[in-house]
Amino acid sequence: MSTKTGVEINFELSCPAPLAAKDRILLGHGSGGKLSAELIRDVFLPAFQNPVLARLDDQAIVNVNGQRLAITTDSFVVKPLFFPGGDIGSLAVHGTVNDLAMGGATPLFLSAAFIIEEGFLMDDLRRVVNSLRQAAAEAGVPIVTGDTKVVEKGKGDGLFINTTGIGLVPEGVDLSADRARPGDKVLLSGSIGDHGIAILAQREGLEFETQIQSDSAALHTLVAEMLGTTRDIRCMRDPTRGGVSSTLNEIAERSRVGIELEERSLPIYEQVRGACELLGFDPLYVANEGKLIAIVAPEAADAVLQAIRQHPLGAEAQIIGTVRKENPGLVTMRTPFGTTRIVDMLAGDQLPRIC
Amino acid sequence: MKYLDEYRDHRIARALAAEIVQRTTRPWVLMEICGGQTHTIMRYGIDELLPRAIELVHGPGCPVCVTPLETVDKAIALALQSDVILVSYGDMLRVPGSRSDLFRAKAQGADVRIAYSPTEAVKIARSNPDRKVVFLAIGFETTAPANAMAAWQARREGLTNFSMLVSHVLVPPAIRALMVSSANRVQGFIAPGHVCTVMGCKEYEDLVRDFRIPIVVGGFEPVDILEAVLMLVRQLEARQLGAGVARLENQYVRSVSYQGNLPAQQIVAEVFEIADQKWRGIGPIPQSGLRLREEYAAFDADRVFDLGEIAVDEPAECISAQVLQGLKKPTDCPVFGMRCTPENPLGAPMVSTEGACAAYYHYRRHAVAS
Repeated sequence: MSTKTGVEINFELSCPAPLAAKDRILLGHGSGGKLSAELIRDVFLPAFQNPVLARLDDQAIVNVNGQRLAITTDSFVVKPLFFPGGDIGSLAVHGTVNDLAMGGATPLFLSAAFIIEEGFLMDDLRRVVNSLRQAAAEAGVPIVTGDTKVVEKGKGDGLFINTTGIGLVPEGVDLSADRARPGDKVLLSGSIGDHGIAILAQREGLEFETQIQSDSAALHTLVAEMLGTTRDIRCMRDPTRGGVSSTLNEIAERSRVGIELEERSLPIYEQVRGACELLGFDPLYVANEGKLIAIVAPEAADAVLQAIRQHPLGAEAQIIGTVRKENPGLVTMRTPFGTTRIVDMLAGDQLPRIC
Repeated sequence: MKYLDEYRDHRIARALAAEIVQRTTRPWVLMEICGGQTHTIMRYGIDELLPRAIELVHGPGCPVCVTPLETVDKAIALALQSDVILVSYGDMLRVPGSRSDLFRAKAQGADVRIAYSPTEAVKIARSNPDRKVVFLAIGFETTAPANAMAAWQARREGLTNFSMLVSHVLVPPAIRALMVSSANRVQGFIAPGHVCTVMGCKEYEDLVRDFRIPIVVGGFEPVDILEAVLMLVRQLEARQLGAGVARLENQYVRSVSYQGNLPAQQIVAEVFEIADQKWRGIGPIPQSGLRLREEYAAFDADRVFDLGEIAVDEPAECISAQVLQGLKKPTDCPVFGMRCTPENPLGAPMVSTEGACAAYYHYRRHAVAS
């Protein structure tokens, strides 16, 4: 190929047809991204439609005898069952307590249901149950009912846990993803991506200089501190599956506002950044289990930030962005270069890149 | 992070951008070859820092995007055979073939596994002697050494249940094809740093000489790309004044040498040979790919399995060919972001996050709308 020759290529207009109708559930339907949202919109909402469900918050809030009762449920299928910073047991308590707390509710009671695969080690089950007990005790939320099912070997993946929680919403608290207004500030309670990367590193046997710990934690006492400061918090969410990006995209869409982030204010640990670089991941899409995002009226933002930082789970809290009226439904980010880009919602899970 | 933060330093970036503005006296069309570079440009908004006179055109260097539909269809057909374990790099799983993708095959019961390295696939073959393990070996020169190593290892161990479905593409023949096209507008190239880490800069000398076009081997961080643009602009502007000839330069010196990684080149040459190759969205380019040598026929999934002729007619739907030649921007396409999205791509550049259309979609829709 050293001479000035070459065959002129006929650049044909060649593209494939779009894929046929979606006839099966894909892993991406459980990712918390666009496919999950489609599934809820197309299958679940039309079937169960009612005004409480239609709010699509992390918990339902219903009136019972003049009291506002919060109800939520969550299933835990994490692999591996035990990981640095937690296990499926503590996660099952934290996840459900947090879903109640994000509605401003004081968690009262939990249920726990176990789907166990035949042959699962009794020692591992005891370890998980002990972890549930301990996490529930630390959170001050007792597990008051439960259920056990055993499925044939090969028909489950070791252990799945479902927890349901109920709580009460104090007078005057009204948090919902449709309440963000232009000018509001976006607060984040600490570093992002820790849980997802801790799980991935454990699962794939990736080794880093320092071990990355999951941030799994119950956030209800932090929420109580925040609500004690002001009632000008519009919305709270814990950015679990799909990460900060998916959570903010949901809020932007529900409130019909734009959200603009400042890239340099995002707290990300060095080792999480390193792991993400290696895998071609964006930490904005990686799961967290002990962080919250709060949309707060501008005048109350500093007071709420101080309240978060004084709590042991919020020392690294930051104001990461502002709600805008421009670009409704979109999340954008100002880069350190002074340019702006979209922070999109992903279709499914992030995938490790080829190169 | 060391070796990253300094190349993302916005002060250095702005200083480079200022010098580019100062030196640019007329319009120049530059192409970054690699999808990783396109991704950085969009993610950091590098093009917004450049003067309007500099137009960045996004090249065909996204290995996932240019893998032919036939290869994806073959991978799916293999994965659906009950005795096969199909192992792939993660981002190939969502790539649509003509009717399905590997994620959907997995949902239908296919055993599809993600590997971070092809030698993991060899390990899977070793521990599953009763199954046939097929590795989907795709990519540019960057992944070729690791893929070659997997075949080499399998042959040395005498594994009889390991094979590779190969779709390897090479950068220099693609640049040549772009240059001889009568529609070419590109006046300078940023060559792909990772490919050159393996192959060295030397491969690009012929192109510079044959087409009298400046080529700068560039890295992947914002400062790398701006510096590479500056190096191209300096050459182009100097030649405008009658000084100097087109040269090959290396911006990515922290990784790329003139000769490249010789042991890596050796293993590639031992296992693969150069062959004609079809590129999705572009078409066939002579001598632009790699296939397994005759000695490795027993590890070539195309020869081990009777896949028949999978021929796919690609309907003329999108403008990917013009996008990949830099004749049109993704946003010039009437179906961009409407009927063609990353969830439902109509064409190659919307397939992977490193494709030009997907990069525009993920990072720039707001600018298009407003």
